[in-house]
Formats: sequence, C-alpha cells, structure tokens
Amino acid sequence: MKNKEILLGPLSKNNPVIVQVLGICSALAVTSKLEPSIVMAISVIAVVALANVVISLLRNTIPNSIRIIVQLVVVAALVIIVDQVLKAFAYDVSKQLSVFVGLIITNCIVMGRLEAFALSHGPWESFLDGIGNGIGYGLILVIVGFFRELLGSGTLLGFQVIPQALYDMGYANNGLMILPPMALIVVACIIWVHRSHNTELQEK
Amino acid sequence: MESLNLFIKSIFIDNMIFAYFLGMCSYLAVSKTVKTSMGLGLAVTFVLTITVPINYLLENYILKPGALSWLGEGFANVDLSFLSLILFIAVVASMVQLVEMVVEKYSPSLYASLGIFLPLIAVNCAILGGSLFMQQRAFDSVGTATVYGFGSGIGWLLAIVGIAAIREKLAYSNVPAPLKGIGITFIITGLMGIAFMSFLGIKL
Repeated sequence: MKNKEILLGPLSKNNPVIVQVLGICSALAVTSKLEPSIVMAISVIAVVALANVVISLLRNTIPNSIRIIVQLVVVAALVIIVDQVLKAFAYDVSKQLSVFVGLIITNCIVMGRLEAFALSHGPWESFLDGIGNGIGYGLILVIVGFFRELLGSGTLLGFQVIPQALYDMGYANNGLMILPPMALIVVACIIWVHRSHNTELQEK
Repeated sequence: MESLNLFIKSIFIDNMIFAYFLGMCSYLAVSKTVKTSMGLGLAVTFVLTITVPINYLLENYILKPGALSWLGEGFANVDLSFLSLILFIAVVASMVQLVEMVVEKYSPSLYASLGIFLPLIAVNCAILGGSLFMQQRAFDSVGTATVYGFGSGIGWLLAIVGIAAIREKLAYSNVPAPLKGIGITFIITGLMGIAFMSFLGIKL
C-alpha cells in the first residue's frame, strides 16, 4: 500500500469514527464545546501515532499471548504523559475533559490500530497510519464540536459569533444541542451525509 | 438508605451509556440480539462490581497523596497518584483474565456462550470509566464504591438490552438507505438518552 493512501484513507473512506465505528465514547462526551474537542483530537493523534511507532518497533519481541497487556501498558504510559502535559499547560481544559483523558487508554481506535496495523508493519508506515487515523477521528470531533457550540451557545472557541441583532429578531440558542444525547444525533447526521455520497458504504 | 440512593442514581441518572457514553463500542457492536447483549451486560456488571472496590482500596492505601502513611512516618509525603491510570488498567486486565479462567473452569457452557466478548471487556471504557469516576467522586467507604460499581453495571446492562430489543424490531422497518445499521442506532440511542434525561429532575 502507498504511504499516501495509508495517511489519507482514514480521513473519509475508512474513517475510524463513522465507518469503522471505533472510539465513539470519547468522540461524543467531550464535544459540547469546540475547544475541548480540539484538545482531545490533538491528544489522541499524539497517542495513536506514538503508540503505533512503539508497538511497531517491539512487534517482533512481544509474545503473542500477552500482547494485549503489553499494548495496554505502552498506551497507558503515553496517556499519563499526555495527562501530565495537559495539567501543566492547559489546566482548565484538562478539568473539562475530566476522566476522558484517562479513557484514551481504552479508546478502541488506539487498540484497534495497534492490533490491525502496527503489529504487522514497519515503524514509518505505522506512524503515518497513526497520524491518519488520529486526524480522521479529530475531524469528526471538530465538526461535531463546531455545530454543537455554534447552535447550542452561539459561540465558537468562547467568542460570540451570532450577532446580537439576530437575537433581537427573536433567534434563540438551542439549549438541546449542549445536552449529551444530541452528540449522537449530530454524528448520525454526519453518517447520513457521508454515506449518501459514498453509496458503497451503505449497509443492506 | 444512602447506598440505595447511590444505587438508583448510578443506574438511572448517571447511566454509563446515556449520560457519559462509556462502553459505546461494544454497545454498538454487540447489541444485535437480546441474548448475547444480556450475556455481555452481566459480564460487565460482574467485572465492574469487582474492579471498582479493588481500585478503591488501591487508591486509598497506595496512590493518594499521604495514603502510604500506614507504612511509617517517612512515607507520609509520597504522592503516587500519577500512577493511577496504569495501575487501574492493570487491575482491570488481570481481573478480566481471572474471571475468564474461573468461568472456563467451572462453567464451560457460560464460557462458550460469552465467547469473544469476555476478553474484550478489558478494553471496555465503561470498566475503566467506573474506576476513574470512583477516584473523582472520592467515596467514603469501600461498601459505597461497591454499590456504585454494581449500579453502573446494571445501568449498562439495562441500556444494552433495551437497544438490542429495539434493533430486533427495527429489522422490519423502512429506514433510509444511508442511515441503515449504524446511523439509525445512533439516533435511537440519542432519543433513549433524551428519555433518560428526564430522570435528572429526581432529587435523591
């Protein structure tokens, strides 16, 4: 497989969230605002890419029977680093993300890519695969976060974008968009749009 | 009375799936029939009920700042809380392994019916999430932590059995092609989430 395909495939045709249906938990829970979505996306990109490289370097020395534990330990160590960095440089966001930074350990994207790709490919390809899948995941997070913050609070990254004049004319923020269940429905809409353009992905 | 309140609260108000989206991956993948989802739900409940109290003890006697003071004066200032993620996931992984071996030895029929889902529980975010929420909420005794773990498990079981029952009926309905399968499941989960939000008003 070409390196370009490895890097760009997960952005649309093979997107980890809406096609492979991995890593949904965190994709939904942190997206009520745009800022935590972006921070979460960057953290996951870093963890997936580095974990892929580490496991790919170790792949010939890991005994098959204990590979899950080895993978979990590698991922957990990386997540601890990310967690400490966030606490040091972005404390407010780290508080908002609460347990979801820790839950990157059990994010199915990380484990899924390690199992499906890093165990059978070299470090450079694994790195590209990790970056690609991380970005594919981040893309969905940012889209969901964008719409939920725009429609739910009328702001983006905390700045007011919907003009006051619109509110004077009777426009109101849709408070429902901030509630957790709406994340699922926004993702469902993304799936709907995506699959009507890519008919080969539709389920029978 | 306190425990009963916490139990009901963790089932309905703080439902793992509808309020926090934890364990979505297996929730979406396994909820095709009621029978298998029942088996997985019971296994998740069981593992949560064991791991939350164990991690509670680890947290309070080893990890918390000053928790090691039972070893002597010199240890009173040790803060190992940065190790909590790696220790929690190790406990979860080894507990799942243990449960798997015990079930295989004493009840081969149950083992056969659960199949692949048993080892997969190790990477179910609901399990690690239970331990992380326990850490965040700082329960006052190991009993309370057990009740919380059990209640969260029952809540997860309720959610997955509910969606499986709806999906079995959904096979006969006429869904737009791009939404078939995963898309409509997202929307239904969202609607169920909104329904569960009505429990938020209950003060316990």
